[in-house]
Amino acid sequence: MNSIATLLALSCIFLLGSSRLLMSIRMVAFQGLLLGILPLAAAGDGHLSLALIFLSLASIALKSILLPWLLNKAMVDSGTRREIEPFISFGASMLLGLFLLAVSGWIVDKLQATEPVPSPVTLIAGFYLVFSGLLLLITRRKALTQTLGFLVLENGVFTAGLSLGSEFSVMVELGILLDVFVGIFLMGIMLFHIDREFDHLDADRFNELSDLEIAASPDEEVAE
Amino acid sequence: MISIHSVVFFILTLLLAPILPGVINKVKAFFGGKMGPPVLQLYYDIAKLMRKSATYSQTSSLVTRLAPVVIFFSTLGAGLFVPSFFREASCRFAGDVVLMAYLLGIGRFFMVIAAMDRGSAFEGMGASREVLYSALAEPAFFCGLLVLINETGDLSLSGIFNGLSLELWRQNPAIMLLIAVSWMIVLLTENARIPVDDPNTHLELTMIHEVMILDYSSKDLGLIEYASALKLWLFSSLLVGLIISAGAVPPYLHIPVFLFGILAVAVVIGCVESTIARLRLIHIPKFIVGSGALAIIALILKIAGN
Repeated sequence: MNSIATLLALSCIFLLGSSRLLMSIRMVAFQGLLLGILPLAAAGDGHLSLALIFLSLASIALKSILLPWLLNKAMVDSGTRREIEPFISFGASMLLGLFLLAVSGWIVDKLQATEPVPSPVTLIAGFYLVFSGLLLLITRRKALTQTLGFLVLENGVFTAGLSLGSEFSVMVELGILLDVFVGIFLMGIMLFHIDREFDHLDADRFNELSDLEIAASPDEEVAE
Repeated sequence: MISIHSVVFFILTLLLAPILPGVINKVKAFFGGKMGPPVLQLYYDIAKLMRKSATYSQTSSLVTRLAPVVIFFSTLGAGLFVPSFFREASCRFAGDVVLMAYLLGIGRFFMVIAAMDRGSAFEGMGASREVLYSALAEPAFFCGLLVLINETGDLSLSGIFNGLSLELWRQNPAIMLLIAVSWMIVLLTENARIPVDDPNTHLELTMIHEVMILDYSSKDLGLIEYASALKLWLFSSLLVGLIISAGAVPPYLHIPVFLFGILAVAVVIGCVESTIARLRLIHIPKFIVGSGALAIIALILKIAGN
């Protein structure tokens, strides 16, 4: 389990530093694969139930095949290949990522003071995925990368939940998977429409959108 | 506390150090389908340089003349603390890890201010890059050391590397692998090897180490070349000590196995240089920060595992 958590954290560092959308999408697909294996590793030998295997397979199929395919299609259709000039440069966001890794370690350390965690390394990885997903959401300009950030965030929640050893029921997990699928699907449709309407996926430039011309006051722009 | 043995091994280290760049160049020549310069080329170069007289630019001050000597002796001083041939180093005390790292740091500081001293904008650029990259590589090196200190419970380099055994690799393969990879990147960065800096370029605006020593000639250049080779040897011996643990080798095989390990590191560097292109300058910080990430993850794994 620890080695899977290590790989998850490494893939996040890579995501923070990579400017190529194709590589980022592949990395998120790889994360999906790791997340599919994680419940099996957590259960250990002899505790493998049919439901668990089904959940794992469904998770892999959705997170590492279907969603990456969908995002890849959105990327090819929009002709966007790279994330250019994020709000925080790639090197700086990697450094920030290291800092967040240390913060995750510190949080888990504090949590353990109150109650021992079954698998601290996996919990750290979970927190770290959540943080770096948020960082991707905030600092990137392209709507596609922000979608990836959302996916990473969700992966983090899944990992953190798993590491706490909570008894997860298959129905609940399937429901969450369905939610994620619908969410990303909607985002894919939105990406398509944004691209057709405005010819780019640059979410930052939407701040300038307004029906009113120059007369618009700042308040109205926010409302828009 | 200095034993005859450790002095003999230290002298052996000093004698053998200039072989490494020769081996790397041979490997690169092999990949290029060429004969390449002889393995002992650096010895010939240094011997030739030592017989010549130096030329100094009129704008340079005392710092330029002082720097090669400081670089040479600080590297030598750092070498006193690095265990080689799986034996104790010549000197050891608790906490010498910090002294060793910053003796190398003093050498680098003098190289940088000497580059600034000559007032060439070109050399100033190299100096600024050198400082940035080594500052980024330092946390990776120290995080790796922290894990090993935690593992062996000893604060001196000799203690750490004599305390390593194959048991650690068996228990925590992930941690040891992460540190080994991260230290390999640190080695490439600190010694100006290819993904970070190209030791062969003398024309590009992107070079780092070579540009800083561009104005040196004769004995000064010889001292700096020798110090660079020795620094490469020191980092390689740390890497060999980490990968081939001291506890795993019977005492009578110490010397051959260690030499084999060092040559293997040189061959790996040669292969890396022949197969990977130099990174674009803006991507290099990412590469080095990546090595820091590996080391920090190793540290977290270690702390959380306790």
